[in-house]
Amino acid sequence: MTRAEFIEKIKSEFAEHILGTDYLRANRVTVNVNPGFILDIAKFLHQKIRFRFIIASAYHTKAGFEILYHFSDDSNGNIYNIHVLLPHEKPEIQSLAQFLVAADWIEREMHELFGITFLNHPNPGKLISEGNWAEGVYPYRKDFN
Amino acid sequence: MSEQKIIPIGPYHPLQEEPELFKLYCEGEIVRDIKWETGYNHRGIEKLSESKSFDQSFFLVERICGICSTSHPFAFANAMEEIAEVDIPDRAKYIRSIVGELERIHSHLLWVGLAGHFLGYDTVFMWAWKYREPVLDLFEMISGNRNSYAMFKIGGVRRDIQSDKLPKIRGTMKFLKKKTDLLTGAVMDDPVIHARTKGVGILTREDILEYAAVGPTARASGVDIDVRRDDPHAAYGMVDWKVITSTEGDVFAKAKVRLLEMFESIKIIEQCCDGLEKLKEGDIETVVKNVPAGMGTGHYEAPRGEVFHFVKTIGTNSPARHKIRAPSYVNIATFKKACVGQTISDATISLAAVDPCYCCTERMAVAYDYGSGKKILSASELIKQSQKRTDYIKRNI
Amino acid sequence: MDECIGSNRHCAELFWILKIVAVGFKDFCFKKSLWLFHYGGASCNNCDIEILDCLTPRYDVERFGMKLVGSPRHADVLLVNGSINQRDKDRLLEVYDQMSKPVKVVAIGACGCTGGIFAEGNTFAGPVDKLIPVDAYIPGCPPKPEAIIAGIVKLIETM
Repeated sequence: MTRAEFIEKIKSEFAEHILGTDYLRANRVTVNVNPGFILDIAKFLHQKIRFRFIIASAYHTKAGFEILYHFSDDSNGNIYNIHVLLPHEKPEIQSLAQFLVAADWIEREMHELFGITFLNHPNPGKLISEGNWAEGVYPYRKDFN
Repeated sequence: MSEQKIIPIGPYHPLQEEPELFKLYCEGEIVRDIKWETGYNHRGIEKLSESKSFDQSFFLVERICGICSTSHPFAFANAMEEIAEVDIPDRAKYIRSIVGELERIHSHLLWVGLAGHFLGYDTVFMWAWKYREPVLDLFEMISGNRNSYAMFKIGGVRRDIQSDKLPKIRGTMKFLKKKTDLLTGAVMDDPVIHARTKGVGILTREDILEYAAVGPTARASGVDIDVRRDDPHAAYGMVDWKVITSTEGDVFAKAKVRLLEMFESIKIIEQCCDGLEKLKEGDIETVVKNVPAGMGTGHYEAPRGEVFHFVKTIGTNSPARHKIRAPSYVNIATFKKACVGQTISDATISLAAVDPCYCCTERMAVAYDYGSGKKILSASELIKQSQKRTDYIKRNI
Repeated sequence: MDECIGSNRHCAELFWILKIVAVGFKDFCFKKSLWLFHYGGASCNNCDIEILDCLTPRYDVERFGMKLVGSPRHADVLLVNGSINQRDKDRLLEVYDQMSKPVKVVAIGACGCTGGIFAEGNTFAGPVDKLIPVDAYIPGCPPKPEAIIAGIVKLIETM
């Protein structure tokens, strides 16, 4: 499906939870969504329209903790970045690993690097931090003071 | 569930006994569960990238993985060129594809060698690595280094391939075509290799889609994805080649896909050389003075699968965030499906078939007893088991 | 005639005894066929592959009697490459302790010598010579197999 078709579909399914769309280049789109509905949206992308989950990128900005979930439409090379913004004080979001095995490791890594909590993660536990840095330390967080 | 004494034996491949990256929990001869630990290779590269300028980051990302040394700069360059909104000259596109495909050939040969070693065919190991040498010689001729070639920059490539180098490239391709034929025949026609690899470590199409696996691992199970064709960049849309897939999803299918891909790579390189001859020398970059604020998602089909780079810029000279995902990150998780239920002697080759990045392969698997948790076989012992099984089959075929 | 041969043989034996005493029995045995154990830290594996390349037909270090062994207890020389991160540090020390002394340590590659490009990383635990004594450095990123062999030969000559 084309980018326009995708936007139409997702807006009709999730209406008010789609907070904005941004066409980047020929085949890249960023869709800003309500973090509370990420589970349904990701399920729709992975199970209904069969996009491939590439990875999730987290970053820390003045606005808060932002996560981009990157999905690929391999039939035409489009990449869709699903964007969520989480607050500074309590960065929490539902874990996609509940139904998407491919998200398991990256969510654990994002937790160790940024301190974002992934609720109901089926397999929480250290991934890369064991022996490398202490509990409660989140090395990729930035200091905006 | 016998406890075996661990006797370290060192063949050519010096495996370390600790740290164990993969722990195989075994009940008798069968693997029941697999657990893994990582963190041994964590170097904080994404954070380091934020303290480097974009030009310097190319040297950093090259050293994420030595075998996919060009793939990471390739994906990074794609991401940066998205942000900067530039198109690179055709000559640079051909050069990029030549370097990328040469890397694919040397990486697949490396894998064939390692797989041969795990199966007990050390001759295959020696031959495959011997035929890697002409490819590394080409790299040295083109870039000055056998590994880590530093050929990429935003907007193009850093060095040209002059026309006097093309005959050597073409000659090596002809030589490699013959030798790849030889290796392919040796692997695909050998009944013992059939017995060791067919039906072993099967991943179904559904498994691949569930784990979002990529690369030859996915293509061997019938999932037809290849970034070079799906999202054309560099010279891949300008030359004639095809994506190799198979359907069985076992170790043999993965080997077949990799071997046949080498022929396609040779084809691409030859066509790119023809393309270079028609273009003016020296036109290898589009100068990019400043990178605006924005974000870019670049990907490239490395020998192991899709390499993905996400870069966020804020108008300065360094990335504000640089997220890197190597293909092994998603492929390794498929071990759970491929190894559980296999015998111990098949576990090694099932693990190797996914072609985890060599650094993971080196600290390979160790076997534990499922009931008691006691360590029963060391990494080198596991390989020996696999080699013994080949011997047994050879004698009884 | 027989007496001459007899006395020649006697001289030859005396010569060897003197040589061994002069050179030192341990050193004498040490110089022949070095057994190498390879420890890879947090690296990109280029150096690991170039070390393995030394075994392949083009370079073939086995003709010098050098071989890579699977256990630190059997080795005379420890090859270390890669930047050492916090998690690798303890294991490197363990491996070094397990090796029966005397042992020679060779730091290979820019990462092994100084930490290379990863020295500023958040998990870096110091270059190899901060943790264990190093006898030879082979810089390069990665060093070519010729450089690795040359480095090891230089090391042998200092023994």
